[in-house]
Amino acid sequence: MTVFRNVVFVAALAGLLAGLVMAAMQTYSTVPLILKAETFENGGGHDHAAPGAEAAEPHSHGDATPAHEHSEEAWAPADGFERFGYTVLANIVTAIGFALVLVAVSEMFGGIASWRQGIFWGFAGFAVFTLAPGLGLPPELPAMPAADLGDRQIWWTATVIATAVGLGLIAFRSGVVWSLVGVALIVAPHIVGAPQPVSHDSPIPADLHRQYVVAATVTNLIFWVVLGGVAGAIRSRVARSAGSLRDSFA
Amino acid sequence: MNTAISSLGTSTSAASRVAQLGFAALLGIFIVGFAGFSQMDVVHNAAHDYRHSMAFPCH
Repeated sequence: MTVFRNVVFVAALAGLLAGLVMAAMQTYSTVPLILKAETFENGGGHDHAAPGAEAAEPHSHGDATPAHEHSEEAWAPADGFERFGYTVLANIVTAIGFALVLVAVSEMFGGIASWRQGIFWGFAGFAVFTLAPGLGLPPELPAMPAADLGDRQIWWTATVIATAVGLGLIAFRSGVVWSLVGVALIVAPHIVGAPQPVSHDSPIPADLHRQYVVAATVTNLIFWVVLGGVAGAIRSRVARSAGSLRDSFA
Repeated sequence: MNTAISSLGTSTSAASRVAQLGFAALLGIFIVGFAGFSQMDVVHNAAHDYRHSMAFPCH
């Protein structure tokens, strides 16, 4: 399992670093805006239970926040340090997950040769996981109206797959026909269109949402650039030592 | 593409290599899917701010 072990090694280190960077960025960019948006949740026209009644309930949202559609008993981290801790944890764990996908897929196409190439792989990851799904489903704040969660998750997933395959066809298949197919795949989810709420009336001020879309998109861009760049840098070292210590490495 | 310098894990057969890479990618997808898409309340609550920040569809 040499290949698997090396991929996990590269992905774990790159994911740990990129996840920590991402958590730090979120602390100063997106999370304050999320907390601000939660103060509007009382008036929200979205899937919430009776507002106000459970204000004292320790929930993942701010103090004056009604419950989500899920049950009241569900555990949630306490606001403050605990909530922050779980956000950091989620960032690191999923960054390692994204890194596993990035490193494994790039290995199938020859591997990331350098940190600079890694940055381009990072741009691809950003296009696939943030830019493309974000066109139809912009980053969303609590209390904003939204279509059915399951429908959105399906559209999000399909868009990610179509964009990834489309970019892959353009990058790794010769022939203009494949590139045209690639472009068509990238465009197709947006012709189908993302599931939208019945009404876009939102208690969230438009400017708060605009700030949030910029903050979420830019932090994701930096995350992917760091993830790809670090993966490329580590990977080129691992590949070099695997080349010189070929037998002992196996 | 399987030259000694440019690939991770050099003395592995092509089929085993693809299988291992596929397994690594699936593991990654599972991790992201669990943290970002699981509808379990506990996971949702723990990863709430993360999901919003990553623009995952969230509640």
